[in-house]
Amino acid sequence: MQETEKRTAAIVARFAGVEGATLPILHAVQEAFGHVPRESIPVIAAALNRTRAEIHGVVSFYHDFREEPAGRHHVRVCRAEACRAMGSDRIVAGFETALGITLGSTSADGAVTLEPVYCLGLCATAPSAMIDGKPVGRLDEAAAARLAREIGR
Amino acid sequence: MTVRLFVPADAAAIAVGADDVALALAAAAARIGRSVEIVRTGSRGAFFLEPLVEVETASGRVGFGPVAAGDVESLVADGLLDGIGARSLGLVEDVPFLKAQTRFTFSRCGVIDPASLDDYRAQGGGLGLARAAAMAPAEIVAAVSASGLRGRGGAGFPTGIKWKTVLDAPGARKFVVANADEGDSGTFADRVLMEGDPFAVIEGMAIAGLATGASRGYLYIRSEYPHAIARMEAAVETARRAGWLGDRIAGSGHAFDIEIRVGAGAYVCGEETALIESIEGNRGEVRAKPPLPALKGLFGAPTVVNNLLSLAAVPFILAEGPEAYAAVGCGRSRGTMPVQIAGNVKRGGLFEVAFGITLGELVEEIGGGTATGRPVKAVQVGGPLGAYFPPALFDTPFDYEAFAARDGLIGHGGIVVFDDTVQMDAMARFAFEFCAIESCGKCTPCRIGSTRGRETLDAIIAGRDVSKNAALVEELCDIMRFGSLCALGGFTPYPVMSALRHFPRDFGLPETAAAKAAARETAA
Repeated sequence: MQETEKRTAAIVARFAGVEGATLPILHAVQEAFGHVPRESIPVIAAALNRTRAEIHGVVSFYHDFREEPAGRHHVRVCRAEACRAMGSDRIVAGFETALGITLGSTSADGAVTLEPVYCLGLCATAPSAMIDGKPVGRLDEAAAARLAREIGR
Repeated sequence: MTVRLFVPADAAAIAVGADDVALALAAAAARIGRSVEIVRTGSRGAFFLEPLVEVETASGRVGFGPVAAGDVESLVADGLLDGIGARSLGLVEDVPFLKAQTRFTFSRCGVIDPASLDDYRAQGGGLGLARAAAMAPAEIVAAVSASGLRGRGGAGFPTGIKWKTVLDAPGARKFVVANADEGDSGTFADRVLMEGDPFAVIEGMAIAGLATGASRGYLYIRSEYPHAIARMEAAVETARRAGWLGDRIAGSGHAFDIEIRVGAGAYVCGEETALIESIEGNRGEVRAKPPLPALKGLFGAPTVVNNLLSLAAVPFILAEGPEAYAAVGCGRSRGTMPVQIAGNVKRGGLFEVAFGITLGELVEEIGGGTATGRPVKAVQVGGPLGAYFPPALFDTPFDYEAFAARDGLIGHGGIVVFDDTVQMDAMARFAFEFCAIESCGKCTPCRIGSTRGRETLDAIIAGRDVSKNAALVEELCDIMRFGSLCALGGFTPYPVMSALRHFPRDFGLPETAAAKAAARETAA
């Protein structure tokens, strides 16, 4: 676990002199590890002269930051109003069936995480989703099933 | 001769296949030995036509869309590279959806190469900053005041007054914060502008810096917008190299630089004080006001927090004069609003238009009604905290005061259209659910009220004590509206109460009880 702390310290060092660096650091840590490891918190807290509780409070407040690793692939289906108006319920069901998991969970083999997102700004090409950072729009059940199959395990 | 083609790299265009279309165009041209240059623009905002391919011809840019990658081969065979073919839309600027607009803020979006500062300059970009650099701060503020510009985030506060407050505030350092935490469903104007015309954002922020004496700007972009983040990061770098940002911006004696901050999936950070907390590195909890951020904002310093669209309107105001901006509009809502028409709509997209156009014109004439072809049942205006309007209220003009008079708000200008299959009790429940998910937890009416509201809607949907529970929802909405610290808890009653009032039957209520509910809320 010392390795995690070392890598975290190297990341934190990149933000020396940045005012209010907590979120940029957490984003960078999550990018490096796929989540914010428990062992990173004391390192970040010490560097920013804040308490571990404060850093934990920030991590737990924001939906983006995760304390456990996610799946290797990340499917985010929009559940906000514009996509609901175009049947996002069916898109969620399509992904759930094809991936064999429910919204808000990760497959047992750690391959895929399926999560809701509240607006991707793709509201005029609804319903939409984002798969590993790639936006997809004008979805229907068949497209959801096809996209789910295309996700490499 | 090399043919210039334009294919948007806007995230929504990519979402419907623009990248594949660009690849297919390059391949098809190569196969027939034609030389093409494919410029990846932003989107013009006519998303129902995306992916929209444009071809430069002697008479102007000719459009084709929506184009699927599989269509490219036949379109090219039919003459797309020469701007001809049965599926041509004709000149893009003559497409009715685009021609009917008044584009002050989005004039370059979808037209220019967003990576090119030269393109930006060639289309009038930078003129506002150059003017501002030669003016005294108070003169810039006066110009913005004279334009009548009001906050495009939803509150509609006069931008000039906010700037003057910061200009007059004592402080060793001051900040400009651009709020691009565009979390409202049905809105995407910030995203489209950042991806399609990023230098306009930088220019607006730099002018705000000159006007208020701020030397540093933060652009806070939500993490759900990776394409916009990448585009803005690159544009800030380019602007620094060109001297638009740095120690002496645009030849003035003033220093100004921009740092981009990325959100982390918290809707409430769109609220200005929560956004400040987030930049400072804290939980995005709302602060009680006063003190106003204009006096004591980011890191305790006087801070202008403006919506991205407010800032992006400023270059036009400086370049063309405040009179030109104020010349259009309606009542106290001057200038244009980039309206975003989305959801179940035939022609969805961004439609920049002078204030005063009616809701019905936007939904029926511009939007063309629903995508499914079924009757429109309701439209939600102003994001998840906006009211649901039935077609009976489609005569409401798009104007801050007119919407407020009908217990609604224009918010960030989003309109989400629903057809007659929508169940309004479910939408009211979702409004509470969303508020519960996104509540920062600082104030009780929002934190507890949202969860109690969702539970009560569950009871109503299950048919338990419907009228008693509906009365409870009303009471709860009163408490949330008047007792919450910010608009999240304070405005969640808008979608809930408008759904109850206009669609009582969806809740299993008779019309009369709903009318009573409407009267009570209006009286309150």
